[in-house]
Amino acid sequence: MEDKTLFTITVFSENHVGLLNQISIIFTRRCLNIESISASPCSIRGVHKLTITCWSDRRSLEKVVQQIEKRIDVLKAFLYTDDDIVYQEVALYKVSTSQLLDEKDLEQIIRRHNARILEITREYTVLEKTGHSDETEMLFSELKNYGITQFVRSGRVAITKSDTEYVTLFIEEQEKRRESIEKQNNNIDK
Amino acid sequence: MSEKINGSEALMKGLIAEGVDRVFGYPGGAIMPVYDKLYSYSDRILHVLTRHEQGAIHAAQGYARVSGKVGVVIVTSGPAATNVITGLSDALMDSTPLVVITGQVGSALLGSDAFQETDVVGITQPITKWAYQIRRPEDVAYALARAFYIARTGRPGPVVLDFTKDAQTGFTDWNYKRCDFIRSYIPVPELRQDDLLTVANLINASERPMILSGQGVMISGAEKELAAVAEKCDIPVAATLLGLSTMPSDHPLYKGMLGMHGNIGPNVNTNRADLLIAVGMRFDDRVTGDTSKYAPQAKIVHIDIDASEFNKNIRTDARIHGDAKEALTALLPLLKERKHTEWLASFEEPERVEAERCMKRELYPQDCGDAMRMGEVAMKVAEATGNRAILVTDVGQNQMMSARYFRYTDPKSIITSGGLGTMGFGLPAAIGAKMGAPERTVCFFTGDGGLQMTMQELGTIMEYGTAVKIILCNNNFLGNVRQWQALFFGGRFSQTPMVNPDFVMICKAYGIPAENVERRDQLDGAIGRMLASEGSYLINVNIDEKDMVFPMTVAGRPVDEILLNPDEYYPLNK
Repeated sequence: MEDKTLFTITVFSENHVGLLNQISIIFTRRCLNIESISASPCSIRGVHKLTITCWSDRRSLEKVVQQIEKRIDVLKAFLYTDDDIVYQEVALYKVSTSQLLDEKDLEQIIRRHNARILEITREYTVLEKTGHSDETEMLFSELKNYGITQFVRSGRVAITKSDTEYVTLFIEEQEKRRESIEKQNNNIDK
Repeated sequence: MSEKINGSEALMKGLIAEGVDRVFGYPGGAIMPVYDKLYSYSDRILHVLTRHEQGAIHAAQGYARVSGKVGVVIVTSGPAATNVITGLSDALMDSTPLVVITGQVGSALLGSDAFQETDVVGITQPITKWAYQIRRPEDVAYALARAFYIARTGRPGPVVLDFTKDAQTGFTDWNYKRCDFIRSYIPVPELRQDDLLTVANLINASERPMILSGQGVMISGAEKELAAVAEKCDIPVAATLLGLSTMPSDHPLYKGMLGMHGNIGPNVNTNRADLLIAVGMRFDDRVTGDTSKYAPQAKIVHIDIDASEFNKNIRTDARIHGDAKEALTALLPLLKERKHTEWLASFEEPERVEAERCMKRELYPQDCGDAMRMGEVAMKVAEATGNRAILVTDVGQNQMMSARYFRYTDPKSIITSGGLGTMGFGLPAAIGAKMGAPERTVCFFTGDGGLQMTMQELGTIMEYGTAVKIILCNNNFLGNVRQWQALFFGGRFSQTPMVNPDFVMICKAYGIPAENVERRDQLDGAIGRMLASEGSYLINVNIDEKDMVFPMTVAGRPVDEILLNPDEYYPLNK
């Protein structure tokens, strides 16, 4: 058994009802836990991008990616390790404003972590920090001593380091295929 | 401007546009508008009313598999939709093209736990190629066209269309366009020249190659191309259970069936071969046994249309991603003529051992009195049809014995639940098979257990006069489980003996001629009467309860570790 690694799977799909279920049941069936997931429209019109992280071994996740890609509504799916991608998460922290004003160290912590203040009210302040999970985690553990009333972390988003944009290529090739099928059909009609 | 029609009529027109002239189904509340339109279209679409929704979907599977057409099922919502679940799962495993239309409550009621509402798309997503809910009448044409395209192209599979009641009754313009492109789906990938060359080089360089022929060969219609490759390079061919009849049984290069109850030759030679060429098969665990000890000397070439099968169970050394017929056609000119005389001769010794130690006892039994063995029954039935019949089986010993001892001449001659192993599949599948290939004789082998799981479909036979020849291998036992209990559970026959009804009386109630075959000397006569009768006919054959299927590769053991009988392993001197 290979050691477990945190892999990132990116999925490009049509934006259809039930798409997320189609993807998640592939993990469920193999008893694989999704560590984080993030889904939103991507730069290509009508295409959604999911970024999923999962602790497992390469062999298992290669099969998962094949199964994901087999789903009709999925355009392409890819498997990456951290070396292949530039990735980021965002975390929000809610702390009490009075604490923030009283404790001198807090300002230092916020500066050191490059955190931003999103909102200040009399009662609470919301801080934002982007980074890798260990970085957002570190800020969390430092702030914990001063009391955090809420904390939330997003799923990972990632961009590849590769020079080739495989999804764009895939869509271009498919567009050519569609045109040639249409041409054939027109010839038959004539 | 065309006149508007309702969603149900759009469904009828769409089915006709897709060339459908027969559907299988069962009416109910949430599908009644569709059945009302069906009434008007009954001159163009024949509806087969089964006695249970499970029967409808298995019949559609049998129909689809013999005819190569898409099987269509129409049922209502809730319990009807859940009753087709087994068939959907079965069809996905065995790559059977189906379009299953389920009624659904009105879209305003979705999620309200309305009467007979169930989450059909949610339930069926893991066991279908595609599942979609039609919530508006104007989506019927789009969804139906896509459904047929997805079901029949690429690796075929089942598609579910969940059709809300308001979409059935609402009105829409009619404009149907068959689907031939989906941006996110490439049904038949283009062959890559470098892959073909790599594979050709491996085949040309091999000394002990073997072809593993699966159902993909049949779906692709590549039987001739397969034989051409095998003949040019003198390569032995073995078939998976669903790949049976892709090469005629009497072809000199055909070496038998793979798998747990397959022939010894191809199983042991899997582990002696230096090259396996797998075509349209998926290295099921029943074929591979212990994968870590599978084909240790062999390079693996995998030809398949479904990319997710590559490296799934067995690591491949080379692959061709594409349609089997196209791939074999493109491969043929790259291959050198070869002779593998010595390698082919190596199948003879295991064949001899199997004939002596396994088949003789099964085909010419001396030790079971009046009771008969399934193998001899299967052999006699096959012979009496001139080896031209379609074999439909249920699941269990009847399936393994009939698959082993039938002989196949024409393609598409076996319909059996391979991947899912669905008991109760056989009777409705045989009905569908006969409807899909009315010119052929359909012989249905079943056991007393499996027959009783869907026995209500005798009513369908009665209503439609479907000429299914039923061979009931009756040992008053759940025989396959009994066999495992005898071999691996110390002979503790937990819940396997069965108290059975009088099957001949049951057939009589349905108006189906039937007879008991108590003794061996009655068998030939009964088979003759069964095949000579015009309609359906059942013979209830008294089978030796101790009958076991051998040879047998024990589950999870290496493929060349084979039981010849409860006490002996192959090779004999081991």
